[in-house]
Amino acid sequence: MSASLTLVIVMAVMYAAGVYIMLERSLTRVLIGFVLVGNATNLLIFIMSGRPGSSPIITGTARDLSMVDPMPQVLMLTAIVINFGITALLLALIYRSWWLAQLGDEGDNLTDEHATEAPGQNERDFRSSSDDDAAVEASLDEDGEHDDDDEHDDEDGGANVGARDAANTSGRAARPDGGAR
Amino acid sequence: MATILLAFCVVSAFTPLLTRLLSVRAFYLIALLPAAAFAYTLGQTATVTAGDAVTESIPWIPTLGISLSFRVDTLAWLLALVVTGVGALVLLYCARYFAADELSLGRFAALLLAFAGTMYGLVTADDIVVMFIFWEITSVLSYLLIGHYTSRRASRGAALQALLVTTFGGLAMLVGVIMLSVAAGTTSLAVIVADPVSGPAATWAILLILVGALSKSALIPFHFWLPAAMAAPTPVSAYLHAAAMVKAGIYLVARLAPGYADTDAWMPVLVTIGVWTMLVGAWRSLRQHDLKLLLAYGTVSQLGFLMVSVGFGTRDAALAGAALLLAHALYKATLFLVVGIIDHRAGTRDLRRLSGLGRSQPALLFIAVLAAGSMAGLPPLFGFVAKEAVFTALLEAGRAGDGWGWIALVGTGIGSVLTVAYSIRFIWGAFGTRPTMAPTALHPDRWGVLLAPVVLTAGTVLLGPLSAGIDPLLAPYADTVGGGGDYHLALWHGLEPALLISLVLVLLGALMFAARRRVALLQATVPAWVDAGHGYGVTVRGIDRAAARLTHFAQRGGLPQYLSTILVVFVLALGFAALVNRTWPDALVPWDYPAQVVIALIMGIAAVAAARVGQRMTSVLLAGVTGYGLVALFALHGAPDLALTQALVETMTLVVFVLVLRRLPTGIMQHNRPIHRRRRALIGVLVGAVMGTIGVIALGARQAVSISAELPRLTQEAHGTNIVNVVLVDIRAWDTMGEISVLIVVATGVASLLFVSGRNEVVPRLKGSRTQRSPRNRRRVVADPHASSAGHAVTRQSWLLAGRTIPAPDRSILVEVLVRLLFHPAIVVSVFLLFAGHNAPGGGFAGGLLAGLALVARYLAGGRYELGEAVPVDPGKILGLGVILAVGSAVGSLFFTGIPLESAYFSAEVPVLGALSFGTSTIFDIGVYLVVIGLVLDILRSLGSEIDRQSDAGTAPTPEQETPSGGEPSGAEPEALARTEVLP
Repeated sequence: MSASLTLVIVMAVMYAAGVYIMLERSLTRVLIGFVLVGNATNLLIFIMSGRPGSSPIITGTARDLSMVDPMPQVLMLTAIVINFGITALLLALIYRSWWLAQLGDEGDNLTDEHATEAPGQNERDFRSSSDDDAAVEASLDEDGEHDDDDEHDDEDGGANVGARDAANTSGRAARPDGGAR
Repeated sequence: MATILLAFCVVSAFTPLLTRLLSVRAFYLIALLPAAAFAYTLGQTATVTAGDAVTESIPWIPTLGISLSFRVDTLAWLLALVVTGVGALVLLYCARYFAADELSLGRFAALLLAFAGTMYGLVTADDIVVMFIFWEITSVLSYLLIGHYTSRRASRGAALQALLVTTFGGLAMLVGVIMLSVAAGTTSLAVIVADPVSGPAATWAILLILVGALSKSALIPFHFWLPAAMAAPTPVSAYLHAAAMVKAGIYLVARLAPGYADTDAWMPVLVTIGVWTMLVGAWRSLRQHDLKLLLAYGTVSQLGFLMVSVGFGTRDAALAGAALLLAHALYKATLFLVVGIIDHRAGTRDLRRLSGLGRSQPALLFIAVLAAGSMAGLPPLFGFVAKEAVFTALLEAGRAGDGWGWIALVGTGIGSVLTVAYSIRFIWGAFGTRPTMAPTALHPDRWGVLLAPVVLTAGTVLLGPLSAGIDPLLAPYADTVGGGGDYHLALWHGLEPALLISLVLVLLGALMFAARRRVALLQATVPAWVDAGHGYGVTVRGIDRAAARLTHFAQRGGLPQYLSTILVVFVLALGFAALVNRTWPDALVPWDYPAQVVIALIMGIAAVAAARVGQRMTSVLLAGVTGYGLVALFALHGAPDLALTQALVETMTLVVFVLVLRRLPTGIMQHNRPIHRRRRALIGVLVGAVMGTIGVIALGARQAVSISAELPRLTQEAHGTNIVNVVLVDIRAWDTMGEISVLIVVATGVASLLFVSGRNEVVPRLKGSRTQRSPRNRRRVVADPHASSAGHAVTRQSWLLAGRTIPAPDRSILVEVLVRLLFHPAIVVSVFLLFAGHNAPGGGFAGGLLAGLALVARYLAGGRYELGEAVPVDPGKILGLGVILAVGSAVGSLFFTGIPLESAYFSAEVPVLGALSFGTSTIFDIGVYLVVIGLVLDILRSLGSEIDRQSDAGTAPTPEQETPSGGEPSGAEPEALARTEVLP
């Protein structure tokens, strides 16, 4: 498959410029970058149709033999219109966010959400998942890791058992399957 | 068998309904289903005993060779009887165990029934992939059942723990399953076992499958989930965690043993881990005070024992393993059910708080003693028969010179001593009388709850003396395992070494219990080894923390950073792929025609300039230049449709940008430091370079003939000559249907973002416009209520009625005249494009865009009221009509030809327009046309009119401020607007 190097280069330039603009903080600039990248992508698909030729309209003459590949054109036609729709939607979003946030002269610059947070602040956010596991370990340890002192009657042992029993009672009072009847 | 599974599926779906109607009595009803499956499996006994198998197969995914095939041979028969029999009994038990006001009873019953069905499917499935699917379903159901008490932390944690551990194993197993089935060339378990694959791949596959089996059956190092799972209601523990689910791993090992027991890693892994598990489980069981946990650790221990015997790989061991599996299911389920009853009646399961139960509950004691006796291996119970068979088999193997036989024998022997000790401890703890404690107060309970334990215990007792009768039923499985041996199950084999071993072990166990105080002291001195349960906790917490830290590090919430990350990954991945690429196109020309270079140069400069300028509007215009450059390229390249569409879209985009940006502050104030700028430039250049390279590579990578070769023929078939348009509205009309749906969503989105109170607002219109527009008043001078200022003479009404709502300084006579001249031609041309599109450049998209552009001009010249005058309907209706036409042409052809979007045509010669063929695809194109117009109208109405109104009002849009009737603080809009009234 053959194609023009010029087109490839201009496509690359458009991608580079588009990406450069997209990486800014201003949403409008991001959108301009999006438009450029969109055009570059259309060009990429277009390059895939190869060298120029006659338009893909059947004439029944010898002209049909030099017809360009119509498939990329079909893909691009709707892409162009949808690109426009998305651009409009993004503009509406930009306007709306500007309006809602009452950014005024700040325009549409947005700052990082978590830029000011310290790493330690998030620790508590993900503690909850390990709480369940801790509860499992506690419920197993409660029974497993103590001496088998079931027949002891000496004072401190008994006190221990009593204390644990109290804990057991309070823990099990809530059991729907225990002592419900 | 598939019918039974279907029945399980359907009945469990309706079970919540049943429990709502019948409360706990629903359990009696649903227990019938596993009972029926039990009876059905019993009916297969004759076939199975003869060494045959009952098979059934329904094709499922033929391309992958996967089918819903089931095969009941001896092993499957045994397991099916266990899971359905115990399942039915446990469901019966549930009817008495749960109170009518139990929370989520319906869910519980449905899950338990579904679990029984899944287990049945697991053990009868012959297709290894189907078996794996059932395997994973049991994991999920077990998760839901363990987590039954959703409000308890321990319950949720245990459920998740079981799920993570078993699905981790399942994942490893999936890899093994695939490796094995690929190597064997079939997914049939029977064939895979009968015709085993060998080699290193097979060894790895078997090892991976063993990981799955070990995790499912709670063997070390995965054993910790089983005790934690005791947070489940007792019936679940009895069924899933004693009789059924944990047996799945044992089943799988037993299933594979005939073919793979001589694989390199098999024996060391299974014997070592099995013995180790048996010892650790029993050791920890001796320390438990909670009866249920005592049993749970006992189950872990017994699973290790089972794993050793079914995995040992001799005929006698396999026979013994099958018997032990049955015995374990009978006694362990019984013991769990007994604990459930004790828990119910006494309100506790802590053996330190129970006293005197043996006297007050003789029936329960009797059942428990028999079951525990079977667990300890006392004659004449079935557990004794099974255990003695295992010992004999291991002893024979050891004598025959197999070192693993001695290791297994000694290990399981010590384990059995511990088993005897904790069995006695269980009975003593649950039923003994503490001299220092008053007898535990008991709640009365109905006798029905004893039914299931009684039946199971009857099995334990009867199968002992009848074991000679069981032997021929299980022997067909044992015979499939290689290696000689002619052991037969029987209660009495005469005075032989195994009997002696049993005797000694029981005595030692009893001694150990008698010396329990000393044993406890000894246990306390043993340092707490690395506990796999704690290891799990540490691992999971570590992963949690690491994930959160990584997220926090990688996602700071800034859009540029996210984009940079994505793009850098993109550059690295595709850049690497491009570097190693070796296929380059053979002919790459510098340019197609000289003008191309000029156009490309302009586009490139515009793109770079767009990135550098500070003014936002300039930047937009420069981006627009690249768009118009594309128009030129398309036109010169043989793509008239694209050129037309791109030109229209580019213009429209510029207008929309202007409409919005006029409200936003003008300067783009950037605060990026130079370092950032350099980094952005670097990323941009790299992305551009990579995309360029990819483009070139893609050109060279094309090998197959383009499908476009067929398009001309298809186009003529569709009565058209413009290939692009015909493909859009006919050949690939489904795609276009999806695309206009996107446009509708976009239009709705734009409108919703701007019209907060709802999109069905009244189109703003001028008061009295109807009278002015009436043909009678066309050429007369009528007093215009909207004249912009009093100083102007009363003139004949203009065509742009709303023009006078715009203040005089803002009006442009040139624009108004141009719109007057061009509006109607533009609409006519747009209709022409629509209809001519089939044969010439044009079509619904281009036509719709041109009509939309005409409306844009109308709006720009006359303001928002003019837009309402031009199209006095809600854009939503236009969009709706468009999509109705498009869908209608699809559905319509469905009625006529049975195929959606199949076109029908009639052609006609029309003056001026030439040959027109009007078909259903034209109706489709009209739909596209209307949708595009609707989109443009919605955008204009939202980003144009609504922003006008909001900036006029100067406040946030609220329903009360729909009419901008005067009172504007800024003097920009004078009285003209004050005098404007809008029809409600």
